[in-house]
Amino acid sequence: MKFTDVFLQTATKTLVFIIMTFSIYILFAGHHNPGGGFIGGLITASALVLLYIAFDLQSVRDIIPFNFNKLAAAGVIISVLTGTASLLFNVPFLSQTFTYVYLPLLGKTELASAVIFDLGVYMTVLGTTMTIITSISEDEK
Amino acid sequence: METIRMIGEISIGILILIGALLSALSAFGLIRLPDVYLRSHAASKSATLGVLCILFGVFLYFMLDLEHVSVKLLLGIVFVFITSPVAGHLNARAAYRSGVPLWKHSNRDDLKIALKKEQEQEQVESEK
Repeated sequence: MKFTDVFLQTATKTLVFIIMTFSIYILFAGHHNPGGGFIGGLITASALVLLYIAFDLQSVRDIIPFNFNKLAAAGVIISVLTGTASLLFNVPFLSQTFTYVYLPLLGKTELASAVIFDLGVYMTVLGTTMTIITSISEDEK
Repeated sequence: METIRMIGEISIGILILIGALLSALSAFGLIRLPDVYLRSHAASKSATLGVLCILFGVFLYFMLDLEHVSVKLLLGIVFVFITSPVAGHLNARAAYRSGVPLWKHSNRDDLKIALKKEQEQEQVESEK
């Protein structure tokens, strides 16, 4: 029996945007509020899993032509590189700093180097979760 | 200013109480109603409205007492309002498709006729 549910697919099309927006918010709110790279990555992964549930594996793979293995690897590399970048300034490994910048639209903004590390964590978590879920959900014949 | 504060406090209290009562009502519905479809009717409607009332009360409390407009709560209200009925629909659909019988006193089943028609059409197409 083929499973096409118009209610689920239409709701998913709306909900994925809400979940993705919330996950990006969580990713950048992590410095001063609850949040951060880990749960941001998990929320993005849950949005993608919702897509996988509502549509089939192949069409989602056509929409998002990402290799999640490589995404996880890139995340780890980014995190390691932010750690080693602090060695260039004669400070210990994984030291972090922050500065206040005046951006055109946002005004006075605090930019911290820990955000780049968080971005690496985000990509690693997203890549690992999606790799696990897609590899246990498909059945090669 | 004092009266506005008082009105706000009273409406927050009423909203949260109504939400809690509706959630309790839906829990009673889950216990009392006889079959899956009636129970999913109770669980998806009144629980949704209860949660929405509680979230809106919390939103008003944050806005009036703590002077913090929480967009997360508004987003949560929209999210629950969209997802909960869809989840109820999926539950009922999965139950019907796996052959859970209706309550013995229910006397109208339009989906059965529609499904039978669909099956006959598929059979005709496969014979061609």
